[in-house]
Amino acid sequence: MKLEEYQGVWVFIEQNDRVIEGVSLELLGAGRKLADKLNVSLAGVLLGEGIKPLASEVITGGADEVYVIDHPVLKDYRTESYMKCIMLLAEKYKPEIFLYGATPNGKDLASAVATDLNTGLTADTTMLDVDVDNRLLEASRPAFGGNIMATILCKKHRPQMATVRPKVMKALEPDTARAGKIIEETISLAEEDMRTKVFQIVKDVTKKASLAEAHVIVCGGKGMGDLQNFGLLYELAETIGASVGGTRDVVEAGWLPHHLQIGQTGETVTPKIYFAVAVSGAIQHVVGMKNSEIIIAINKDPNAPIFDVATYGIVGDAMEIIPKLIEEFKQVPINQGGEISYA
Amino acid sequence: MPEKFDVIVVGAGPAGTACALQTARAGLKVLLIERGEYPGSKNVMGGVLYRKQLEELIPEFWKEAPLERPIIEQRFWMLDKESVVSFGYKGLEWGAEPYNNFTILRAQFDQWFAQKAVEAGALLINETVVTECIVENSKVIGVRTDRPDGELYADVVVLADGVNSLLSKQLGFHKEFRPDEVALTVMEVINMPKEKINDRFNLEENQGTTIEIFGDSTKGNLGTAFLYTNKESLNIGVGTTLSSMIKARLKPYDLLDYLKNHPLVKPILQGGESAEYLAHLIPEGGFRSVPKVAGNGVLVVGDAAQLVNAIHREGSNMAMYSGKLAAEAVIKAKERNNYSESSLNSYREALYGSFIMKDLEKYKDAAHIFEKHPQYFKEYVPMMNKAMSKFFTVDGTPKRDKQKQIMKSITAERGTIRVIQDMYRAWKAVK
Amino acid sequence: MHIVVCVKQVPDTKIIKINPKTNTLDRRSAPAILNPYDAHAVQEAVKIIEKTGGTISVLSMGPPQATAVIKKSIEIGADRGYLISDRAFAGADTLATSYALSKALERIGKDLPVDMVICGKHAIDGDTGQVGPGIARRMDIPPVTNVIEVTEVNEQEKTVLIKRKSTNGNELIQADLPCLLTVEKEINNIEYSPLPNMIKAVRYEPVIWTVADLENVECTQLGLKGSPTIVGKMFTPPKPEGGKRLEGSSDEQVKQLMGILMEKKELLTLQSSK
Ligand SMILES: Cc1cc2nc3c(=O)[nH]c(=O)nc-3n(C[C@H](O)[C@H](O)[C@H](O)COP(=O)(O)OP(=O)(O)OC[C@H]3O[C@@H](n4cnc5c(N)ncnc54)[C@H](O)[C@@H]3O)c2cc1C
Ligand SMILES: Cc1cc2nc3c(=O)[nH]c(=O)nc-3n(C[C@H](O)[C@H](O)[C@H](O)COP(=O)(O)OP(=O)(O)OC[C@H]3O[C@@H](n4cnc5c(N)ncnc54)[C@H](O)[C@@H]3O)c2cc1C
Ligand SMILES: Nc1ncnc2c1ncn2[C@@H]1O[C@H](COP(=O)(O)O)[C@@H](O)[C@H]1O
Repeated sequence: MKLEEYQGVWVFIEQNDRVIEGVSLELLGAGRKLADKLNVSLAGVLLGEGIKPLASEVITGGADEVYVIDHPVLKDYRTESYMKCIMLLAEKYKPEIFLYGATPNGKDLASAVATDLNTGLTADTTMLDVDVDNRLLEASRPAFGGNIMATILCKKHRPQMATVRPKVMKALEPDTARAGKIIEETISLAEEDMRTKVFQIVKDVTKKASLAEAHVIVCGGKGMGDLQNFGLLYELAETIGASVGGTRDVVEAGWLPHHLQIGQTGETVTPKIYFAVAVSGAIQHVVGMKNSEIIIAINKDPNAPIFDVATYGIVGDAMEIIPKLIEEFKQVPINQGGEISYA
Repeated sequence: MPEKFDVIVVGAGPAGTACALQTARAGLKVLLIERGEYPGSKNVMGGVLYRKQLEELIPEFWKEAPLERPIIEQRFWMLDKESVVSFGYKGLEWGAEPYNNFTILRAQFDQWFAQKAVEAGALLINETVVTECIVENSKVIGVRTDRPDGELYADVVVLADGVNSLLSKQLGFHKEFRPDEVALTVMEVINMPKEKINDRFNLEENQGTTIEIFGDSTKGNLGTAFLYTNKESLNIGVGTTLSSMIKARLKPYDLLDYLKNHPLVKPILQGGESAEYLAHLIPEGGFRSVPKVAGNGVLVVGDAAQLVNAIHREGSNMAMYSGKLAAEAVIKAKERNNYSESSLNSYREALYGSFIMKDLEKYKDAAHIFEKHPQYFKEYVPMMNKAMSKFFTVDGTPKRDKQKQIMKSITAERGTIRVIQDMYRAWKAVK
Repeated sequence: MHIVVCVKQVPDTKIIKINPKTNTLDRRSAPAILNPYDAHAVQEAVKIIEKTGGTISVLSMGPPQATAVIKKSIEIGADRGYLISDRAFAGADTLATSYALSKALERIGKDLPVDMVICGKHAIDGDTGQVGPGIARRMDIPPVTNVIEVTEVNEQEKTVLIKRKSTNGNELIQADLPCLLTVEKEINNIEYSPLPNMIKAVRYEPVIWTVADLENVECTQLGLKGSPTIVGKMFTPPKPEGGKRLEGSSDEQVKQLMGILMEKKELLTLQSSK
C-alpha cells in the first residue's frame, strides 16, 4: 500500500428521510480543521435516493467536494448497498481520513467498510487531531479503565477511519457563500441482489424528546444509594420541569431504563442546565455531558472528578441538599402549568 | 427423570466443602450446591483459620491456599473509655511451618477450597438456592431448588447451609433462635497499604496480629470485638447477642462506628479506606442448642448444627471437622447401602466423641452466665483499667499500699462476697 | 438451524473500580464475566431454537480461562462451545479479531453448516461494536446490527424478520439466511437457567483450538501483527478549570444556588413551555 496515494479528509453524510443528521454536520466542522491542517480538501459522501438537493447543504457545512450517489436502492440504509458505494468511491479516490458518526447506522457501515478495506477503525472517538508531519489521524477516546483517554493511531493502512460521538464536535455556521464541487458517481445496484429488505421504518419520537432535547437534566449517580432515594431526583425534576437521566451504574442497578443512560455508551446531551447529583464524574460519563451549558455538581466527596467539569459545585450530602432545593423551588413560581417530560 | 447423586451437599462454606471433598475423594457422586455467585461471595468471618482441621484434609495447604497472614501475635484488650489493659503472646515460631493459624478473606478462601472439592470430582453449582428437602415416607430423598426443573435426588442430603439453616428448620430439627442463642456481628474490611500495617502492628511482611477486644468495645454488653490484620487490609468487627442488642437498644452499625471512633482504636485505622461492610449471625447457643444432626437420608453440619465455640471464636474449624465426620458416615452408609437415621447416626456418635462437642460442653454455661451477669463486661473491665492505672502511676505511694488500695476499691464497688461469687462463677463457666 | 453465538470474556466493569487518585484500575476485585450483551445473544439463540429446533454453538477467542464464559453460555442453553486460544491471537484489534473468529466459524461450519451468527452489540470492555459486522463481511453474509427483536424465522424461505434500532428509530428488516445479528440488551430477558443446564455446564469440556487447528490462516492477519490500529498514547484530558465551589452550610449553599438559578429562570421555564 502506497500511503502517499491517499489524500483528503472524507465525512460520511448520514441522511435519514432526506434530512442530514446533526452528527454529520458536526463532523464537517471537525473535518474542516483536519483538512486545513493537512492542507487537503474536505469531502462529504452523500448516498441515498433523491438526495442530490442536499449536496449544497454539505458544502455550506464546510465541504469542498461532495461525492453523490443517488439510486433508488439506496432509499433506506442497508449495510450491503451502502458499503458497495463506499467501497467504489474509496477505492477510486483514496481518501486518507474517513469519519463517520457513531450512530447505529454509521457504526454499522464503518465496521463493514473497514473490514473490506482492511484498515483500522477507531470507535466512538471524542477528540480528533492530526499529526501533520506523519499525516496521522489522532483519534482519542476514553480508554477502558480510569479517567484516561487513549489516542488510537493507524500507521500503515489507509484510509484512517473513525466513528465519532454525536454532539461532541461543533458544526460550523452554515456559509452560503461557500463554493464546492459536486461529483456524481453511478453504480449498478439491483434490488433483486439485495439480501436484506427494509419493510418498515418507525420513527421514535418519544426518545428524542426525553434526553437529547431536554433543556434541563437532572442526572443521578450511584451515590444516591438506592432506588427510593433516587426518587428524590424525580421530585426535583418534576418541580423544575427537567428530564431525569443517570449514569451507567444507575442503569445497571436497574433504577432507570437503559435509554436514559448518559455517557459514552448512552446518550450524549447538551442541555442548558445539567444537575449531576452523586455522580463521580468518570470520563465515560463526562464525555456524554461536558458540553452542557451550566453544570451543577452535588457530591459529598470534595475530590470527585465531576467538580472539574462543573460550573458550580456543592460539596455535600445529596440526601440533605436535594430536599432543600426542592423546598426552595416550590417557593418560586417557575413552572406553572408546565408540562413535565421525562420518559 | 431428575438425576440422582450419592450425596447432595447444600452450602459451599467450610462445612459443606469439607464434606463434598471427602465424599468425592471416596469416589462418590457428589453435588455441591451454593446460592452465592461463587463460594464465599457472601460469606462473612472475622478471619482466623485454624491450621489443624484443614491440614487433616489438605496437608501443607499453606503452600497453596489464598491465606492472608500467619498469626504470630494474639493480643487481648480489656478496653475502657480512655484506657486499655492488654496482654497477649507473640512468638516467631508461629511464623514458620507448620504455623498456628492464619487470617483469611472468605471470598477468596472459600473459592479455593471449593475448587479442591471440584478437583476431587464433586460437581459445584453456584447461584442456586435449595428451597427445601424433598421428603418421602419421612425420609429425605433429594432437594428442590429455585430453578426451573429444579429437583434432584440423592441417597443422602447434607445440610451445610449455615447458621440460619432454613432447611433443618423445615425438617423440624431446629426451632427458631432465641435472641440469646445468636450473636449479630458486623464487620468492615478496611484497605490499608501493607507498609502501614507492618509499621502499626510491628510486623514483617508475612506476619499477622489478632486483637480480641472486650469491654467498652461493646459498650459493656455481652460480646466481643476484633481487629485482625490481612495482607493489605484490616478486618474490624463487633458483635453482641441479639438479646443484649435488643435490651440495650443497640444498632449494630452504630456499635461498629463507636468502636472505630474509640480514641484507642481510631489511630490504628487512620488513613485506611473502607472496602466493604458485612453482617452475619453467629450461633452462640453452644452445646444446648445443637439440633438433631442425623435423620433418615440427611445430616446437618457446621453452623447449621450450631457448632461454634463463641468463647474461643472457633467456627470454621468445627465446620470443616464436622463436614469430614459427616463424609465418613456417608461413606460407611454407602458401604452398607443403608441411609436410615440409625445408619447415619455414626456421624452423631463421632461428633459427640470429638473435640467439637467436648469443647462445646465445657463452655455450655459460659455465655449464659455472662449474659445473666453483665458485671463481667460492664464493671470488671473498667475496674481493671482503674487498677492498672493506679498501680503504674508513679506518685510516691509504696507499691504494697497501692495494691491494698486497689483491692479495697474493687471490693468497695462490688462488695467482697460478690467479687468472690463472680470469680467462682466465671471459673466454673470456663473450667 | 445451526446458530453460532460469539461470546467474549470481559472484566466486570460494574465491579472494577477506578482509583481516582492514580487513575488506575483496581483489578483486585474485578471478576471476569460473560459480556452481558453476549448473554442476551445466547438467550436469543435459545429462544429461536426453541421454535425451530437445532443446535447452538458458542465461540470465543481468549485465554484458557475464557472457557468459563462458554460454560456460562451452556447454562443459558447452548449445546456446544469452542474456544480459540493461542499466543498468536494476542493483542488483536477488532479487525484481527473478526478475522480469527471468521476462520474458526469456517471450521465449525465444516462440521455443521452455520445458518446464523449472533454477536453482542458490543463488548463492555472496549465497546467498539465492530467485530460483529467485521465477521459478517468476512463470511460474506449480511449483517444486521442493533437488533431488538427477532420477529420470525422462516426456515423454508431461509429468511428472518428482524426489528433493529436505527439512527432515528426502529426498522423492520428481512434478511436472507445465513446472516449475522448483533443484539441490544432489550431484545430479551435472561431466563433463570434450568437446573439440568447448570449441571450440564459444570460437566462440559469446551473444544479448544489453536491456530494449527484452523485452516488457510494467514498468520500476518492475526493478533498484534494483523491489527492496523495501535494505542499511540494514553493521557488524562486537560482538566477544565473547574467552576466555582459554593461555600458555607448546606442551607447557605442551597440559597446561593437558588440565586444563580433564578438568574437563569428562563431556562427552567423553557422546558415547561414546551
Ligand atoms: C467501556 C465503558 C463504558 C462506560 N460507559 C458509561 C456511560 O456511558 N455512562 C456512564 O455514566 N458511565 C459509563 N461507564 C462507567 C463509568 O466508568 C463509571 O463507572 C460510572 O459513570 C460511575 O457512575 P456513578 O458516578 O453513578 O457512580 P460512582 O462512581 O460510584 O460515584 C458515586 C458518587 O456519589 C457520591 N456520593 C455518594 N453518596 C453521596 C451522597 N449522599 N451525596 C452526594 N454524593 C454522594 C460519591 O462521592 C461518588 O463520587 C463506562 C465504563 C466503561 C468501562
Ligand atoms: C463476624 C464473624 C467472625 C467470625 N470469626 C471466626 C474466626 O475468626 N474463626 C473461625 O473459625 N470462625 C469464625 N466465625 C465463624 C465461622 O465463620 C463459621 O462458623 C463458619 O463459616 C461455618 O461454616 P459453614 O460452612 O457451616 O457455614 P457458612 O460459612 O455460613 O456457609 C454456608 C453456605 O451455605 C450457603 N447456603 C445457605 N443456604 C443455602 C441454600 N438454601 N441453598 C444453597 N446454598 C445455601 C451460603 O451461601 C454459604 O456459602 C466467625 C463468624 C462471623 C460471623
Ligand atoms: N474475543 C472474542 N471472542 C468472541 N467473540 C467476540 C470477541 N470479541 C468480540 N466478540 C463479539 O463481538 C461483539 C462486539 O465486540 P466489540 O466489537 O469488541 O465491541 C461481542 O459482543 C462478541 O459477540
